[in-house]
Amino acid sequence: MSPEQNSILKVSKLVKRFGGFHALDGLSFHVVPGEILGLVGPNGSGKTTAINVISGLYAPDGGEVVFDGASSGGVASHKLVHRGINRTFQVPKPFLSLTVRENIQVALAYGGATGTPPSIAELLEDFRLKEVADRPAADLNSAQQKMLDLTRALATRPRLLLLDELAAGLNPAELDWIAGRIKALAATGMAIIVVEHLMGFIEQITDRVIVLNAGKEIFEGTLATAVREPQVIEVFLGGEHAH
Amino acid sequence: MPNASKHLLFILAPLVVVFALLPGVYQNHLLLFNFVIFLILAQGVNIIYGFTGYLPFGYVGFFGAGAYGFAIMVMHLQTPAPLAVLVGGVVAVALGLLLTPLLRLSGAYFAIANLAASLAVLHFVANPALEGITKGPYGVSLTGTFNPTHAYYAAVVVMALTVGAVIYLKNSPFGLALQAVREDAVSASMAGVNIIKMRVIAWLASALVAGLAGGIYAWYVSVFYPDNVFSGEFSIFAIVFALFGGVATITGPIVGVLILYGIYNLIGFTTPQYFQLIYGLLIMGLVLFLPAGLVSLATRRGWHVP
Ligand SMILES: Nc1ncnc2c1ncn2[C@@H]1O[C@H](COP(=O)(O)OP(=O)(O)OP(=O)(O)O)[C@@H](O)[C@H]1O
Ligand SMILES: [Mg+2]
Repeated sequence: MSPEQNSILKVSKLVKRFGGFHALDGLSFHVVPGEILGLVGPNGSGKTTAINVISGLYAPDGGEVVFDGASSGGVASHKLVHRGINRTFQVPKPFLSLTVRENIQVALAYGGATGTPPSIAELLEDFRLKEVADRPAADLNSAQQKMLDLTRALATRPRLLLLDELAAGLNPAELDWIAGRIKALAATGMAIIVVEHLMGFIEQITDRVIVLNAGKEIFEGTLATAVREPQVIEVFLGGEHAH
Repeated sequence: MPNASKHLLFILAPLVVVFALLPGVYQNHLLLFNFVIFLILAQGVNIIYGFTGYLPFGYVGFFGAGAYGFAIMVMHLQTPAPLAVLVGGVVAVALGLLLTPLLRLSGAYFAIANLAASLAVLHFVANPALEGITKGPYGVSLTGTFNPTHAYYAAVVVMALTVGAVIYLKNSPFGLALQAVREDAVSASMAGVNIIKMRVIAWLASALVAGLAGGIYAWYVSVFYPDNVFSGEFSIFAIVFALFGGVATITGPIVGVLILYGIYNLIGFTTPQYFQLIYGLLIMGLVLFLPAGLVSLATRRGWHVP
């Protein structure tokens, strides 16, 4: 069986417009279970929009999204969560007045996780939130809020996890640590899409990257090959993320 | 002991016992009745505003709908009062269903649209063309069911159920999910919460308690005009009481009603000329200095307030 037939998510010719502007302009790619796929591209290239469409926040204006063999484009977010998709947000969005523990409890109760539910204690421990477990999420710093977004997502037992700039703002030691965590999740069979500007981090954890520009894929392959591709270099050249 | 049992034992039970016994020792039964009605309405506001963030400026619409649901059943079908009260609740829920599209609005737009809706219902009920059904602007007189004692105890029962509902919200994943929707609807949907369903349930629950309160009010007073049971004062008072004590808590709205409605009656009886002035200043001070209500005085010190 080819990897593509084995895919848990298949996106074909996806289009998303805002007014007349094409934020996604015929994007196609797939992910297989256990894979960590990097989604990179300059600011405004449509990475977050792709995540928003796949997670049901926006309905696509064209093309198809198929998750686990069933069409999922335009399906309400909470239903997709129950089917096994979850995500984090570029700007973290916890429930600010609820405690960290309560934030996770909502997802445990409503996330539709099947089998043995994940344990709150473990999630708190694994993502370094134990000390702040009973504080309101508003008291957390931005990195901790991102971890809280992640634990909320994991509490629903996703099979496809979309991470939107989870690593931005972390220090090198934290980056190593979270890279290990993400790899461990993929090792359980979870498919993970990582949007990130930090190329070192992408290099460390991804098997394959898709390079996006103006809502279109301009490259697919390993990051090592991508950085030798003239078209990719041109898109990033002079951009703030050329390093 | 689980928190929910503590809340039932130390908040709900004393409240019910006190209001069940007070008529035996205190003569002004109408005042007691009004306290109970405002306890119900303030908790109804708490359910929709405290737990979902929708400020129901036209909350009285449900109360009036309940009162007229009661009156119509009694006048035209000679329904026994308790059953007519239930119908009042159902009528309010039906109105709530009709108004669910308002939940698409947010903030001030929702509040204003809800206010407009309550005025529309008032003018519908008070329309002389409906005299045959509602008695239009001429008001209703329900001498057949008049029984303030029974009506009072019915109000205490509905108050107990309403406070019980809020205790449930404070202690259940369901209430937590409602608060999650209030905090961030997008994130709530990513926690698997069906945000539309949750909002509608909270909205209808708050409509139900106001409708039951309205039905009981009609039972108690037995003679009233549309302007009485659709008076904007019910909405404003219930909202101010709930906010003053502190919403999204069990005790906040109770404390708010006991203190503010207490003050209202004290000033109103002795020096009515200063009432508007003092009350107005109190509300301004509250909004400026205590936006999260009286209970926030305690929570700021790190005390947990149920
Ligand atoms: N809700 C929206 N309404 C209008 N335009 C939008 C909306 N969301 C995104 N866009 C536009 O679509 C384009 C793609 O945005 P998107 O957020 O997907 O980029 P991105 O690749 O995630 O960028 P960044 O790296 O800065 O996060 C941008 O031009 C953005 O302004
Ligand atoms: Mg983005």
